[in-house]
Amino acid sequence: MTANGSSALGATVPEEVAFAQEVPRGEPILEVRDLVKHFPLTKGILLKKQVGAVKAVDGVTFDLMQGETLGIVGESGCGKSTLAKVLMNLEPATAGSVRYKGQEISRLSGAALKAVRRNIQMVFQDPYTSLNPRMTVGDIIGEPYEIHPEVAPRGDRRKAVQDLLDVVGLNPEYINRYPHQFSGGQRQRIGIARGLALKPEVIICDEPVSALDVSVQAQVINLLEQLQSEFELSYMFIAHDLSIVRHISDRVGVMYLGKMVEIGTDAEIYDHATHPYTQALLSAVPVPDPTARESRDRIVLTGDVPSPANPPSGCRFRTRCWKAQDRCAAEVPLLAAPFWLGGAARHDSACHFAAEREVGQSAAEREVGQSAAEREVGQSAAEREAGKAGSGAD
Amino acid sequence: MADLTNSSRSRGGEPRTDAVEVIGGGRENLVPGTPLLEVDDLHVEFVTRDGVAKAVNGVSYSVSAGETLAVLGESGSGKSVTAQAIMGILDMPPGRITAGRILYRGEDLLTMGSRARRAVRGQKIAMIFQDALSALNPVLSVGYQLGEMFQVHHGVSRKEAREKAVELMDRVRIPAARQRVGDYPHQFSGGMRQRIMIAMALSLEPDLIIADEPTTALDVTVQAQVMDLLAELQHEFHMGLILITHDLGVVADVADTIAVMYAGRIVETAPVRELYARPAHPYTRGLLDSIPRLDQKGQNLHAIKGLPPSLLRIPQGCAFNPRCDRVQDRCLTELPPLVPVVAADGAELPGRRSACHFWRETLDG
Repeated sequence: MTANGSSALGATVPEEVAFAQEVPRGEPILEVRDLVKHFPLTKGILLKKQVGAVKAVDGVTFDLMQGETLGIVGESGCGKSTLAKVLMNLEPATAGSVRYKGQEISRLSGAALKAVRRNIQMVFQDPYTSLNPRMTVGDIIGEPYEIHPEVAPRGDRRKAVQDLLDVVGLNPEYINRYPHQFSGGQRQRIGIARGLALKPEVIICDEPVSALDVSVQAQVINLLEQLQSEFELSYMFIAHDLSIVRHISDRVGVMYLGKMVEIGTDAEIYDHATHPYTQALLSAVPVPDPTARESRDRIVLTGDVPSPANPPSGCRFRTRCWKAQDRCAAEVPLLAAPFWLGGAARHDSACHFAAEREVGQSAAEREVGQSAAEREVGQSAAEREAGKAGSGAD
Repeated sequence: MADLTNSSRSRGGEPRTDAVEVIGGGRENLVPGTPLLEVDDLHVEFVTRDGVAKAVNGVSYSVSAGETLAVLGESGSGKSVTAQAIMGILDMPPGRITAGRILYRGEDLLTMGSRARRAVRGQKIAMIFQDALSALNPVLSVGYQLGEMFQVHHGVSRKEAREKAVELMDRVRIPAARQRVGDYPHQFSGGMRQRIMIAMALSLEPDLIIADEPTTALDVTVQAQVMDLLAELQHEFHMGLILITHDLGVVADVADTIAVMYAGRIVETAPVRELYARPAHPYTRGLLDSIPRLDQKGQNLHAIKGLPPSLLRIPQGCAFNPRCDRVQDRCLTELPPLVPVVAADGAELPGRRSACHFWRETLDG
């Protein structure tokens, strides 16, 4: 591979050198800017013409820091799995940029792409379908070495696979067994071992525990955490289970209909959420504590998520939002720290009326609070328009 | 499900109004607290190529009108098989009920004739299935599938049945019910499909609803809507509800009593608050410790070691013994019975039972 390093598009990227550099902890290892993925909707059989697009990911921006776990939460259809695929270059991006260690990777191909993929690996959701049933565990975990022989020379592979099995808590003697001889949790360990085989720096976990039983979920979560500190991995952890995401993540991004609506540290998102969707999502999570049953103040959203092929204008959440105003239909809210909250909330939230929710508020009180927020918004409208002009409307 | 849609095969024949007298009478007899269903020492096994899988090994529980019983367990614990046995939709063979009774208002469903059983199923005990997309017939409109219940059981005309279907869809708050009654299942979203399942279960005004993982396939915001709807309907009609789930969060939100199952047995039953506050079985304790909490961020989760046992080879003694951190010699040989749990001062704790030799120690932490 080193010999082919200068082929095709890779010509501008001396990748072996570039990706070997160390990123200090806390610095961005993966920078995603305005990433867009549209799936075209076509009409006609012979003369296909595009009649629209499913806007699966529509302008997502975030950084993944070295050594951190970034959780991505959202309901089904919000684009979180598509985001993972685009980051892995399994799906080409429609627009936007993904930079790994400062280098653009979203349009790479050939040897350069291969070099990047070695460093960014993925753990899939369903351990029942993501492992080839006709291959032994040894072949499954060792397969990455066929593609990247420089990581483990042929003679050492069996040893390397056995070491990996040991690392993920499986008996190294199981190397010749087939996937069906393992339970779901053990299979997910095999999937994790495969993800670790090439000693990657970034692992994208797409719903790694949602197919597992409760008692086994905890084992896998603990394993992922232990591996992170052992190998200094950066995780992007995609899941719909908010409790698990909070447990494992340092920062959390909330997605809705292809957009990132709020992003911040776990405490900022879970204790001081300012976007109404995040607040509704959090309040809907059943808490395993029956004493909290009556005291919980739930926001039950009405309706369903709109189709990503035809998302609402302006703010995409406005059709289900209790704070929605005319402005939300006209103007796309930008993902930025809401300045009108002053120092109280410094994390980014894409809402014109972003405000923390006061727990225990009754519905009536909430309405009062809302109109107060509006008034406040009215006062500072001019200011904000100025700000908008500066940053350029979406 | 089989039973609800299979009846479509009898289309074209005479409407089947069951002449058999319906046990228990109408819904006006449904007073909160009336005992409805009692499962007594049920044993179910499946004959497989590799041997006999003992899916249910002596399960007993009971539900009263207005009560919500949550049956909590992981996959393979026998919670769904028990429900299928109650509904009479167990695949036999390979399944077989080897012992036990299922009493509905005092009458044993297992020894009842098939006509009498059919009169109970759907009309008195109805079921909501997990995956609404595969539980609904994809080639029949939703309105037809809902109305079919009335055509089959009450012998009403097709037109009336459609009216009833619209009413039901309104009931479960499907917007624009009249316009959507002719739509097919794939045209509805997941949450709406689950509402249709609920509507179907409610259609014949049953006394008891068995909901098998009703919200597992749904997103949290939709899950909240569906659970609220179920709770509201139950409150209105005082139905009994058996909620089968693996989600400790959902259980805490809606249940009155909980039965925790492991390897085909009930290992603990308790009123919901007491179970969460002071579990009396190491498995329950392990489950509660292993879930991350939204409102608490800990360092390391206390995972239960090992895996649930294969039903072909359930460990001797207590089935949980290979994974238990309190295991003693006695646990390896002696099967712990489900015994009442008593407080330290000898006072009885109503509704609390545990199948652990060392429940007292577990209760004290």
